[in-house]
Amino acid sequence: MLDAGRHPLIEMAAYSEVEKVSRRGRAFRVTVRRKARYVNEDLCNACGDCSSKCPTKVADAFNMGLSERRAIYLYFDQGIPAVMTIDKDACRYFATGKCRVCEKICKKGAIDFEQKDRRTTLDVSAIVVATGLSVLDPTPLTHYGYGRIENIITGLEYERLINATGPTGGHLYRRSDGRLAHRVAYVQCAGSRDLNYCDYCSSVCCMYSIKDAMLGREHDPESVSHIFHTDLRNVGKWFQRYQQRGEEEYGIKFVRGRVAEITEGPDQNPIVWYEDTRSRKVESLTVDLVVLAVAALPSPDAASLSGILNVDVDEHGFVVTDEGAPCDTSARGIFACGFCRGPCDIPESVAQASAAAERAAELALDT
Amino acid sequence: MEETRIGVFICNCGTNIAGFLDAADVAEYASGLPGVVFTRENLFSCSEAGVSDIKSAIRDNELNRVVVAACTPRTHEPTFRAACEDAGLNAYLFEFVNIREHCSWVHKEERESATKKAKDLVRMAVARVALLEPAERIRTDVIGQAVVIGGGVSGMTAALGLARLGVGVTIVEKAGKLGGLASRLHKLSSGGADAGEYVAGLVKAVKANGNVKALTRADVTNVEGYIGNYVLTVLVRGRERKLRCGAIVVATGAEALDPEGIFGHDGKRVVTLLELEELLMKGRVKGKRFVMIQCAGARTRDRPYCSRICCASAVKDALLLKEAIPDASVHVLYRDLMCYGIENERALRRAKEAGVRFISYSDDAPPVVEGGCVKVESDVLEGPLTIECDRVVLATPLVSSTDAPRLSRLLKVPLDQDAFFLEAHVKLRPVDFATDGIFVCGTARWPATTRECVEQATAAAARASIPLLAGGVEVEPIVAVLAEPDLCRGCGLCASICPYGAIEIIETDDGKKASMIEVACKGCGTCSATCYVRAITMVHYTDGQIEAQVEAAFAE
Repeated sequence: MLDAGRHPLIEMAAYSEVEKVSRRGRAFRVTVRRKARYVNEDLCNACGDCSSKCPTKVADAFNMGLSERRAIYLYFDQGIPAVMTIDKDACRYFATGKCRVCEKICKKGAIDFEQKDRRTTLDVSAIVVATGLSVLDPTPLTHYGYGRIENIITGLEYERLINATGPTGGHLYRRSDGRLAHRVAYVQCAGSRDLNYCDYCSSVCCMYSIKDAMLGREHDPESVSHIFHTDLRNVGKWFQRYQQRGEEEYGIKFVRGRVAEITEGPDQNPIVWYEDTRSRKVESLTVDLVVLAVAALPSPDAASLSGILNVDVDEHGFVVTDEGAPCDTSARGIFACGFCRGPCDIPESVAQASAAAERAAELALDT
Repeated sequence: MEETRIGVFICNCGTNIAGFLDAADVAEYASGLPGVVFTRENLFSCSEAGVSDIKSAIRDNELNRVVVAACTPRTHEPTFRAACEDAGLNAYLFEFVNIREHCSWVHKEERESATKKAKDLVRMAVARVALLEPAERIRTDVIGQAVVIGGGVSGMTAALGLARLGVGVTIVEKAGKLGGLASRLHKLSSGGADAGEYVAGLVKAVKANGNVKALTRADVTNVEGYIGNYVLTVLVRGRERKLRCGAIVVATGAEALDPEGIFGHDGKRVVTLLELEELLMKGRVKGKRFVMIQCAGARTRDRPYCSRICCASAVKDALLLKEAIPDASVHVLYRDLMCYGIENERALRRAKEAGVRFISYSDDAPPVVEGGCVKVESDVLEGPLTIECDRVVLATPLVSSTDAPRLSRLLKVPLDQDAFFLEAHVKLRPVDFATDGIFVCGTARWPATTRECVEQATAAAARASIPLLAGGVEVEPIVAVLAEPDLCRGCGLCASICPYGAIEIIETDDGKKASMIEVACKGCGTCSATCYVRAITMVHYTDGQIEAQVEAAFAE
């Protein structure tokens, strides 16, 4: 991110949206809406004085709503560019016409309530779509109890909890009672490989669950993890060795069997009900915390963007690409890489991204 | 001489460092070290806020040396060097201390000793940084040509990508014709393109492209040089040729495992998936009852990796069998069905709908092939099953090319524990080698589908094109120099032990002397350690700088 941010040939337009794309001969004219931050980007140095005094707290989307942020905020600590943004929907001044505390506190005079969205146009030879992924909201999978049973979280929520910069400073505190969760169950294919939700394999969950279980043990020597899985699809370079290490060195217990239901027992401990397909018995396991490996989806804006770009998407909303030229979309001059094309892991995304860059460079360099 | 003004920055790395040692104490300690005029503790020194903090500290405090104690220089040395340069300080007046991998992470249970060790490391860095001298990166011209080793799908795709960007490419293919392993396949995917037609299309494109030359029955026998200026010796149909280029792409592919001795393989009743593909292609599949055995020779004690593509290939071939022989019975015996992603999972569902039966077995009870049947202890069904069959199909893994070790030595690039080529970073730099100017793609790197090979090959073309189109590259000035030419006796010891061929012995007016090829030098220091008259000095790692660091290590 930092490399891209300081590259002399890369201009970053964060907090911006593509509004319109029109073809001009072989080139494109792209209209970009630079959304108003109500903060002057050239003056703000992200010191954070403003947000420490801001009276309004809202759920922090970056931390999956597990912590709060202020109405004037930094999206995340290492974000680029490092400038504050006022969340207009949450800001007291925009709602009531009173407050402006941030403006008073800012030593740089960077707050600008009069700022408007700006539209800029870019003339380009090629476009690369890299809009990534979002995850399935598991609430409709009622048998898994997400939203009803407090100590059931998603993989992404776990990532924030176990992260040193996350809301708990890297500790696995339960939502219900703030107690440290030692016994963790990972439920694979929550919505993936499921004709009712996502009929495909999300590809990355088997590995990230093992990683998460390893991190859990590194943070807490008493941590015991069970991973409930169907096929364990660890197909990448060295992944089998990683799985073996998880089992042998981190004590991860792998249980083959799709979880049927999760209920809540005493002390708000989730109880995982499953058929152990190896012993052919219905079993249950009481744990402190359940992590659902929820299905991965295209990003929520992918549908509207594909309309603007006029590229074909499949029934799930993933961008369709050519088998022989896998970064080429249905629209000439528009290329795609990463999860917007379908599930893939980091090295695959990086390779696809370089490949898309090659295809785009052919047009940009006009070779 | 100007006053030494050192700034020391201690990174918390969230809690990665500060969680296991007392970072504030280390910062406090650093402030008392000789020459240190500024210290600061950051939550993330690498964040934009952290970097701008370093820059303003350099300007505001007129720092002329900077030490950052943080993570590994592999990820963030360029970040902090750039910060120094942005603030007007030469990048080589900066010293990186690794207090994460080398300290906090490995001493998680020993907070006090970890803190003490971090102080030791910082003290050593401060002693060294004071003696560092400014240096400038070395620029070299680049030959705007590339060589791709291997003429399969990956090699041809990489060559065509480079050619489309205007780079001249030579493909060096060992076999008598282009095409590689994919030319032995029937279909690229179930319901997908005909593999033969696809490969033929690539071959045609290669032959038609004026920027690409393909040498077949050609073998690389020697490699010399460095990024921008490689010379490859290639034996083409018995005749030696030299190829000069600026970058090399390794696309030598993988091989199908020799199935001898596995499940009674005989090439007739018991065949491999690849052999089945060939029969399907020729329309010569006989029999009605098929049993496929997955992980035949893979995910074992000796070969612990998963070959990634065999499950999807088996599903594809099971569907093709059902298409060719509608009343065929097909059983697939598997351990985990690796049908990752959208297409593979969809094909798996189609196969189940077409009546292909999938039976899982556990690695401690593998199937047994006996006469006309396969016995399998299913790990979900009760009791062993005996499946009568006409043909057994083994999903054998891809294994690394037998030529890989030789090529790895010639190119001086590493192999991993499974003898596949080892990229610079398995997650973040999948098609680069750690050696500049050499790239890797396709199954030479790891088993991959055709589509994945094409992606990686196109990626390798993009990466290789960067120095070639820029016309020049810059390399680190951390090189050996003949600092004391008068002392050099031209003995040639240094030239003979240099692993990179970066030293020549030349005639001068003062007799024989060593002469360094700066851009070829990797700064390993072997020559300077060997030189018994101490005529050679390492830039950025002089004896004085290292001695100061060693002395500081034992000071209290």
